[in-house]
Amino acid sequence: MSANDTKAEFLKGTLDMLILKIVALGPIHGYAISQRIQQISNEFFQVQQGSLYPALHRLEDRGWLQAEWRATDTGREAKFYALTRKGRKQLETEVRNWEQTAAAVAMILSTAE
Amino acid sequence: MYWLSRLFRKQQTERELDSELRFHLEQRIADLVEKGASRDEAMRQARLEFGGVEAVKEECRESRRVHFLETLLQDLRYALRTMRRSKGFTAVAVLTLALGIGANTAIFSVVNGVLINPLPFPHPDELVALHESKLNFERGSISYPNFLDWQRENHSFSAMAVFRNFGFNLTGAGDAEQVRGLFVSSDFFDVLGITPALGRTLERGEDAIGGAPLVMIHHGLWQRKFGGSADILGKTMTLDGREYTIIGVIPPVAGLDRGFGVNDVYLPFGQWNNPLLPKRTVGLGIHGVGRLKPGVNVSQARADMEQITRGLATAYPDEDKGIGATLVPLRQQILGPVQQFLIVLLAAVGFVLLIACVNVANLLLARSSARTSEFAIRVALGASQSRLVRQLLTESVLLAAAGGALGLGLAAWGEAALVRTLPDTLPRATEIRLDAHVLVFTMLISLLSGILFGLAPAMKISKSNVLARMRFGGLRTGRARNRAQNALVVAEIAMAVILLASAGLMIRTLGHLWTIDPGFDTHHVLTFGLSLPPSMSKATPQSIRAAYRQIDTRLASVPGVEAGSFLWGAFPLQGDDEALFWLEGRPRPSSPNDMNWTLRYVVSPDYLKTMGISLLRGRFIAAHDDEHSPHVVAVDEVFATKFFPNEDPVGKRINLDDGNDHSELTEIVGLVRHVKQWGLDSDDTQALRAQMYVPFMQLPDPAMILAGQGTGVAVRGNGDPNAQFDSIRTVMRQMNAEQVVYAPRTMEQIISDSISTRRYSMFLLGGFAALALLLASVGIYGVVSYVAGQRTQEIGIRMALGASRMDVLRLVIRHGAWLILTGLVIGIAAALAITRLMATLLFGVSTSDPLTFAAVGLLLAAVALAACSVPARRAMRVDPMIALRYE
Repeated sequence: MSANDTKAEFLKGTLDMLILKIVALGPIHGYAISQRIQQISNEFFQVQQGSLYPALHRLEDRGWLQAEWRATDTGREAKFYALTRKGRKQLETEVRNWEQTAAAVAMILSTAE
Repeated sequence: MYWLSRLFRKQQTERELDSELRFHLEQRIADLVEKGASRDEAMRQARLEFGGVEAVKEECRESRRVHFLETLLQDLRYALRTMRRSKGFTAVAVLTLALGIGANTAIFSVVNGVLINPLPFPHPDELVALHESKLNFERGSISYPNFLDWQRENHSFSAMAVFRNFGFNLTGAGDAEQVRGLFVSSDFFDVLGITPALGRTLERGEDAIGGAPLVMIHHGLWQRKFGGSADILGKTMTLDGREYTIIGVIPPVAGLDRGFGVNDVYLPFGQWNNPLLPKRTVGLGIHGVGRLKPGVNVSQARADMEQITRGLATAYPDEDKGIGATLVPLRQQILGPVQQFLIVLLAAVGFVLLIACVNVANLLLARSSARTSEFAIRVALGASQSRLVRQLLTESVLLAAAGGALGLGLAAWGEAALVRTLPDTLPRATEIRLDAHVLVFTMLISLLSGILFGLAPAMKISKSNVLARMRFGGLRTGRARNRAQNALVVAEIAMAVILLASAGLMIRTLGHLWTIDPGFDTHHVLTFGLSLPPSMSKATPQSIRAAYRQIDTRLASVPGVEAGSFLWGAFPLQGDDEALFWLEGRPRPSSPNDMNWTLRYVVSPDYLKTMGISLLRGRFIAAHDDEHSPHVVAVDEVFATKFFPNEDPVGKRINLDDGNDHSELTEIVGLVRHVKQWGLDSDDTQALRAQMYVPFMQLPDPAMILAGQGTGVAVRGNGDPNAQFDSIRTVMRQMNAEQVVYAPRTMEQIISDSISTRRYSMFLLGGFAALALLLASVGIYGVVSYVAGQRTQEIGIRMALGASRMDVLRLVIRHGAWLILTGLVIGIAAALAITRLMATLLFGVSTSDPLTFAAVGLLLAAVALAACSVPARRAMRVDPMIALRYE
């Protein structure tokens, strides 16, 4: 597996969490989410639109995101996503899981040295 | 329902998805232009970054759960279009499936009617059949006094009853006719939970000997003879010359006919004017039925009954020593013998369906190769593999549903034929119909078979890389691709072997049974029942004898009748009757159970001639052996070997018990051949096989009074049995209008009916096996021609390099032969294991009969090779030049 493939696999598992985190900051449309993810992660992640939009639709379908069409700053209509109460809970769970996993991995790595 | 409304807002959702993605692209282009790119360049880069828009859209649709239904509708529409496009394929597949599903539905409807529907009585699991267990009989007749004690002393049954069938001469209501009746004790209908359609059933005590003459009539007779009139109650009807008051009408309950015979009238038990009824030792063909108290199980009831019968054995050592009670759950008693037969049929027809599925799977596999480019295009447009698999499964389930619908039609038609030809031994044939159970079953098996045969091609799609295949175009990638098809053909050959072997074993069984000598000549023998005029029931034994002598003379005068005999007591293959005796010079045993038992046939001097039984030694009963001469009997070989081993029985004397504490010293005057009383197959294994022939005219007086009601008759004659019976009926009517002959049956019919279940299984299994053979041949033909077609190019090259036509023939045949051989080996191994299921249906052949298996192997190999030879010849004629240019 190449380094890019590894990153893509890695991203897939955490993409939902990242999206929820970004949407938690306020209603936002798909394009902005993809820009934001890249900015935040210092270009480490290359989010393929092929994964982003299906993920958004999946999260909406599960009731974690709520979509609404409204005008952007430039006056164009865009689909804005906002976090639902269920989505906020899901985000908390995922963050907690992530932290626990990360802590565990970090511990293993440090003891292994 | 959010998802439902969304289903209908589908178009809007699509529009929104489109705008959302377009917004993304335009925004990106705008950003790139802002960064300094030219508009064209920005567009190009944005598109490149985004990837396939259609693929993303498809994935977005996939992420929504409601997608399932939308896809289903879409898939269905697509599948219908595909089916319309390839009408030939669809027709073949649907027809194959319809045959398989139809056969299954028809057989299942029989199984459903017979095995699955519970007995149509309330709380059927509480019902238990009761018998006396005694010497020679596990399910023997219950004596009436013993029954009364059982009824009084038991703690396990909420109610218990006995019954005994009987024929009555019904007069005074149109033409005199023989009706079938049942003597029942008072709780009979309460035990079964049957309430009368009109009037009432018996009260406790009304069944006592000497009680009022009451009768309950069956719904059928009520309609037929009394026009269903409601004021029938309280009227009288004349049975055997006696007037009975009608108190109730019994509704048509199917279970009643099945368990207790089709009866027209029901009479209180005490009305049976049999002088032996109050005796504890006699066996009069009385059996019982009981309803367990709630919460009591059969083994508790058995323990209870055992205690009672032990008590009776102590109280009446002479009569009841060694007498026990046999309790059999009613369901088991009624269904026991046919359960296996039906399970075998269901298994067989299941194999037919499997083979049909395999064939359709093969067709689909071949077609899926042809559809490679279609799938590749869909993948390129963004369809996922799972999406394609689902599409394929939708198509196959749709095919199966069409097959199921057509199959249901076939089943409805086939079932009518099935029920008509169903042997009488199969209970509850009247209850067989296509009901909700059957419909659900058909739906389920259609769905299952759709998934089953759709799975193979679908798995193939999901495993292979469709895109790669498209890129390589027509290049065939060799044998591995046909592995699934080969495996399926091997499987269907194996299944055909199993079916053919089962059918073959049944054919061998039947063949074996037909060659068994029943001990008499079955041809040209007509039997029927004769009922004397009711007035004879009050006649003296002397006048009864006189009446029979007169009948005998008139019978002999009927044109075409060569010999005739009365036949009272036991009746070959039909009914048994026993006599008790002890050898001369020994003391009378105190208990009947310590006496010797033999089957008893009460016959006329011409009986041997009528039945074609050969005389081995001495003489048979003669005309001069009458009521005034010394008592004589003839016995059979089994009797001789059992009671006079290494001695000549002729001239020996025995004390013949008449059941009334009286005995008659009787001389054995002749030895005759043994007759298979208990049936062609099971006679050898029965406990009671000794046979004795008693002169009709020497029947003791009490028995002659009973015989005054009627007797069985057998006549030998040439010509049409129906015409003969008609002339006999005319002659008997001329003697007395109330003298009835009934139930004519030829001995051939009786023999043939005795093996009807087996014959029926043979026909059905044979039919299924033929169907399986046909389907399997079509299957192997299809695969071998498909593979040969694929190898056209290869064959062309081989021929160009110098291979002869024979080499090509061998090449193709080798492929087929390998499949056939593998299928045969697996099939024979499986059949050896599976035919054990039908062990009880077989007779005279082992379940692994080498002859059958060899014949089946040869037949299948021959048919399958013939199927292969068609594509092989075609391949042989391949023109190398055309083949090489091909593709």
